[in-house]
Amino acid sequence: MTTTDAPQTPAEGPAPERGHEDAGTRRRGLPSLGGLGRDLGLILALVALVVLGGATSGERFLSVGNLMVILQQAAIIGVLSIGVTFVITSGGIDLSVGSVMGLATVWASTLATQTMAQDIHWVVMIFAALAVGTAAGVINGLIVAYGNVVSFIATLAMLVAARGLAEIISDRRTQIVRVDPFLDAFRGSVLGVPVIVWIFVLVAAAGWFLLNRTTFGRRTVAIGGNPEAARLAGIKIRRHTVMVFALSGLTAGIAGVMMLARTTAGTSTNGYLYELDAIAAVVVGGTLLIGGRGTIIGTVLGVLIFATLSNLFIQNNLSISAQSLAKGAIIVVAVLLQQRFAARSRSS
Amino acid sequence: MVTVDPPGGPAPLLRMTGIVKHFPGAKALDGVDLEVRAGEVHCLLGQNGAGKSTLIKTLAGAHRPDRGEILMDGSTVSIDSPTAALRLGIATMYQELDVVDGLSIAENVFLGHELQQAGVLRRGETHARTRDLLARLGHPELPPHREVGQLSAAGKQIVSMARAMSRDARVIVMDEPSAVLDPEEVDNLFRVVDAVTAEGVAVVYISHRLEEIRRIGDRVTVLKDGRTVATNLRVEDETTAEVISLMTGREVVTDFGGGSAGLQGEEPLLDVSGLSLAGTFEDVTFAVRPGEVVGIAGLVGAGRSEILETVFGARRATAGQVRVDGRDLACGSVPAAVAAGIGLAPEERKSQGLLLDEPVFRNITLSTFDRFARGGVLDERAERRVADEQIAALSLAPADPGRITRTLSGGNQQKVMLARWLVHGCRVLLLDEPTRGVDVGARSEIYRLIRRLAADGAAIVLVSSELEEVLQLSDQVLVLADGRVVHQGPADDIDEHRVLDLVMEGTHT
Repeated sequence: MTTTDAPQTPAEGPAPERGHEDAGTRRRGLPSLGGLGRDLGLILALVALVVLGGATSGERFLSVGNLMVILQQAAIIGVLSIGVTFVITSGGIDLSVGSVMGLATVWASTLATQTMAQDIHWVVMIFAALAVGTAAGVINGLIVAYGNVVSFIATLAMLVAARGLAEIISDRRTQIVRVDPFLDAFRGSVLGVPVIVWIFVLVAAAGWFLLNRTTFGRRTVAIGGNPEAARLAGIKIRRHTVMVFALSGLTAGIAGVMMLARTTAGTSTNGYLYELDAIAAVVVGGTLLIGGRGTIIGTVLGVLIFATLSNLFIQNNLSISAQSLAKGAIIVVAVLLQQRFAARSRSS
Repeated sequence: MVTVDPPGGPAPLLRMTGIVKHFPGAKALDGVDLEVRAGEVHCLLGQNGAGKSTLIKTLAGAHRPDRGEILMDGSTVSIDSPTAALRLGIATMYQELDVVDGLSIAENVFLGHELQQAGVLRRGETHARTRDLLARLGHPELPPHREVGQLSAAGKQIVSMARAMSRDARVIVMDEPSAVLDPEEVDNLFRVVDAVTAEGVAVVYISHRLEEIRRIGDRVTVLKDGRTVATNLRVEDETTAEVISLMTGREVVTDFGGGSAGLQGEEPLLDVSGLSLAGTFEDVTFAVRPGEVVGIAGLVGAGRSEILETVFGARRATAGQVRVDGRDLACGSVPAAVAAGIGLAPEERKSQGLLLDEPVFRNITLSTFDRFARGGVLDERAERRVADEQIAALSLAPADPGRITRTLSGGNQQKVMLARWLVHGCRVLLLDEPTRGVDVGARSEIYRLIRRLAADGAAIVLVSSELEEVLQLSDQVLVLADGRVVHQGPADDIDEHRVLDLVMEGTHT
């Protein structure tokens, strides 16, 4: 319980609704946009970065071509982040997404490059990547929900193990996929926008709908907000925990397919440290790390901010190291601001 | 307020007057007075939720009071942090002892004020002084280098006491120190308390075990509903029954919503037979017909809440059977219990019942939102509509389904819990401390609601620390002592004194 020094006025009994307490009310039609103020802050930060980019690199930064580059960079981390948003909202953490994504690319590229390759339709390859990701997620979920292992440890183990398995399968070699119909389909553009960006858009839209408009999302928020209350309300929290991790695994699989299309390479080093970028984007976006509140829009904005920032640094020939430093600062500032928001809304 | 002790005794070491503390949605302290003299054992009594914890946290510097005055040695002090409390000589021993298992006894005793020179620990002196302190407390046999993790709960308490003494504490607050101890260890604890008070240190002692207070206490202050209802009673002058009636007694005239309706002749809706939970309660058998309220009375820790949680499937019974409407209920499954129409309003509403940062309507539909969904897609309009109906039916205020639940008062949060199960269509309601954290004035409304639900055909099981509440609201009463049912019968055939006698007899053995 947070305590503030100011005396607090409890809403006793039939006290009439007071005007200034409208912050405690969410109006119809905007149920999940309660954090509109937060999202606005992120949008302003994004705009500030774009203005800064325009000022320092002008045309080069502001061109449509460069915009697409930014979006393509954002797309893969973005898809991972959508899955991670669900896990974090449910009160857990998934450290394994980057590594599981790497495993998915290796598994799929192995199918495409080895002996039977000619007989296998590329759709099977995609299916394999998604299945591998989902299976890894289910294993994570089972260990967390039924083994009562904290998700940090369970998914840390998966991070290490999936990377190891990927190395064994690929024999530490990079497997180049030359399945033309697959590459044609995923490396093309629709309406001038690269296909992998469309995939990000679709996954984000589906994620938003799932979190805000479905029973799945409601359960996720309930479990993250108060697991005991959810359990005593009759929600099957173990089963749902498995499903949330499975979802995160599935998005890692999707990200794997996108990676494979973008780089044509299946290798065990794919997705290295991506989990940290994904978690950073989710947290900066305003999803509470302790669970109970998640925002897909915030996550998308968080991903875009980091992608824009890194593009901005590249355009200005600044080092990766400087970029990392800036990222770290952004994470801290964003979380500090978030805590202020949380404290204020709590004491209202 | 009852004040027995005549003025003119020794000047108080610590005096708190008119302490008020609000939390969002509830008033935890509403005018508490406490006066502690040097060298005495001052007992603080009160039911759960009476405000004892909040009061000692105020003393420890963990909460700052909204109003009221604290005096040490006659001068006003402000305890705005735990450090400030320690500086004033107020040490608090919480139930979950704050010792570090991995450190030695000596390191624990001087934790936070290590004896050191230029950052280097003075081990020799630390050990010597620890040995002195342990000897003063009557435990010279404890070696200062022993790792605290190897000690029993009693040993850890000694360490915690030694730490307080090392800080030159003048007031030591002990929160239910005996709860974790065996009877012999309790004797030992009392010897330590005697040793400390003989040195002029005051001890504020909190316990639910009244016979302990009789043994060790000098004076008593009783809290109820966040107020001091009696202060400075001399222990030897009070009978146990008088003290209990102060703790549980009626303070305002309460409307319990009329007598029983119990639909006679009907088959029981809830039938519990031979239910046991190893180590907690055994062989509990009762039946509740539609329209009936069955109350469970007993002291805290007698197994009251555990019975409800086991019926609800939140704990797995080691023996026995629960039947709803004549059908056996799968053991240890909350979803099965909910599907059968059982609803539980848990004791700790905030931590066990509600999503505090979510709007009211989502809490009301927490166990039913599936029903309003089509193919997994929620229909929040339908949810709000149903929530609106319940808000009107239970006169939940403010009447806004979108209101964030945290901002509601305790009574209205309780209504949200009831509404959840009513939407579900539950006919068996298990109510654990339904008026806990509910302001006294708002209780009558909850009572009337409970009677009305019964009149509408619900079968209700009620657990409460307020004896009056149990006796007045229930048709049948179970009296529980140490996990055993010591009495079972119509509520009209028994009064508060008889219940207390039964509880006392059952607990002593």
